[in-house]
Amino acid sequence: MSLELNDVTLTYPDGDTRLTALDRVDLSVPGGCLTAVVGPSGSGKSSLLAVAATLITPDTGTVTVDGVRTTGMGRGALTELRGRRIGIAFQHPHLLPSLTAVEQLQVMAGLGGRAARGARGRAMELLDAVGLADLAGRRPHRLSGGQRQRVNLARALTNDPAVLLVDEPTSALDHERGAAVVELIARLTRERGTATVLVTHDRAHLPAADRVVEFAG
Amino acid sequence: MFVAWRDLRFAKGRFALTGTVILLVALLVGLLSGLTEGLAQRNVSAIAGLPADRIAFRSPDAGQDLSFADSAVTERQWRLWSEAPGVESAEPLGIATTRASAGERGAGVSVLGVAPGSRLVPAGDAFGGGSAVLSRAAAEELGVSAGDPFTLAGRELRVADVRGDAFHNHTPVVWTGLDDWRAVAPPSGEATEPAGTVLALTTTAGADIAATDRRAGTTTVRTGDSLTAIGSYAAENGSLRLMRGFLFAISALVVGAFFTVWTVQRAGDVAVLKALGASTARLLADAVGQALVLLAGGTLLGTALAAAVGALLGSTVPFVLTPAILVGPAAVLIALGTLGAALAIRRITAVDPLTALGSVR
Ligand SMILES: Nc1ncnc2c1ncn2[C@@H]1O[C@H](COP(=O)(O)OP(=O)(O)OP(=O)(O)O)[C@@H](O)[C@H]1O
Ligand SMILES: [Mg+2]
Repeated sequence: MSLELNDVTLTYPDGDTRLTALDRVDLSVPGGCLTAVVGPSGSGKSSLLAVAATLITPDTGTVTVDGVRTTGMGRGALTELRGRRIGIAFQHPHLLPSLTAVEQLQVMAGLGGRAARGARGRAMELLDAVGLADLAGRRPHRLSGGQRQRVNLARALTNDPAVLLVDEPTSALDHERGAAVVELIARLTRERGTATVLVTHDRAHLPAADRVVEFAG
Repeated sequence: MFVAWRDLRFAKGRFALTGTVILLVALLVGLLSGLTEGLAQRNVSAIAGLPADRIAFRSPDAGQDLSFADSAVTERQWRLWSEAPGVESAEPLGIATTRASAGERGAGVSVLGVAPGSRLVPAGDAFGGGSAVLSRAAAEELGVSAGDPFTLAGRELRVADVRGDAFHNHTPVVWTGLDDWRAVAPPSGEATEPAGTVLALTTTAGADIAATDRRAGTTTVRTGDSLTAIGSYAAENGSLRLMRGFLFAISALVVGAFFTVWTVQRAGDVAVLKALGASTARLLADAVGQALVLLAGGTLLGTALAAAVGALLGSTVPFVLTPAILVGPAAVLIALGTLGAALAIRRITAVDPLTALGSVR
């Protein structure tokens, strides 16, 4: 379980020129390690996460997820790789409005993407791990922001990912709740041995991380 | 269909609204189909039900269409067809529209005259020479039954029997002998008395239809194709089918529009699911399945309602609904609706999972 980014450069089209979001970035995250990424707005933190999540292909450099080099893989193969080895917790929880909390975690199995057997039992275990077992039957509009963020986190773990990517999970929460969510991420990283990258604005969360990567503006 | 079912239940108001539109369209399509069939039966059932595979008309004048109203065949044409090789039987059939009355009651009827002993009518030998076989509707409208007298265009006739549901040109049929038909038919304007309006032919594969047509000066078509030569049939049937076609198109457009809006609305959900590793194929299958459930549900209910209305209407109006008549249009509604939905849902393919990472836009 590990994530490796080697010499990754990512540019976006910007009028006639190109804007460099990631400039020859190297990052190595072993399993069980929580790596926090901080930096000012626009410094490329989300871009790094998007590259690591295989949602965007860098101009140069390689991304290796759990030992699999993603360079040159097709869309379908990347989607499958995400489904099996990568967990993504989005900045906005992005829960599906029609699904209950436990169904949010079953959705991939339900769509037939993964083995459906035992999906509900595993989903309940994960909800329990983020402290939401009581609210398993609630739909998102009846959950608080912090609860939604925890469902979002639990959902990222349903496929037992090797790599867990979390983008500003606390941006919509007050400080106390934000700290609780970061604590939870640190605990889950250690328990499950995931290679975790946590993007955050809030320096107060850094002590929970094993490593900190600073992005310059 | 994990997400599809839950979305159906969660957004039931919206789906119910669209489902109701589909239901109403299916109901209308069902009713129109029943009306089309009912009207068609009252127009063509006598000709369509003839035990003959071809109908020979006098060749129409240049530029004219085949028409029962304008046709009249001569004794000579009858003889040529009777003697033609491969023709098992050629029987003259006289057709005229007139009024019949019995006591106080009267009705417009179609008089179909046949030769004595003709196979064209069941119990063909039971009448002729002053007696007639009435279709059930004709007997009902005149209030007569077997043995009763009635008047046909001023001539006294007797009811030999009442049988069949034959209609022609929206009037119930009275089967008579050719002599009685000749007496009520308007003058043909020909030098010789016509043998009938058309010839009903039973042919075998060996018959040279074209050659006999040339020699006899007739135009012969299959019985099924001859129906368009009945007065209003083509126009009537055509406009009803056009209406139904419009309903098919409306339904497909409504379903397409609904799923366009719906798919745009849930693009965020789709991006998240793609980012989590759901393949486009599975997401498409889920969404198309949802459209199918909505379409099948609405169409089945609407069609069932049409069938119920048809059963209530009974025989008072020209309305005929059988499962065979209902199934086709219902299948077309579902198929076209699915096509409309699929075109809308297709945009799932273009959703970029990158948009799920809220901060990268
Ligand atoms: N899709 C895109 N097209 C063009 N430019 C982009 C795109 N996404 C990001 N950028 C640019 O790339 C740079 C890095 O953006 P990124 O979102 O990675 O920053 P960030 O560190 O996550 O910022 P924030 O803290 O505000 O979320 C920014 O200058 C941004 O304007
Ligand atoms: Mg960002």
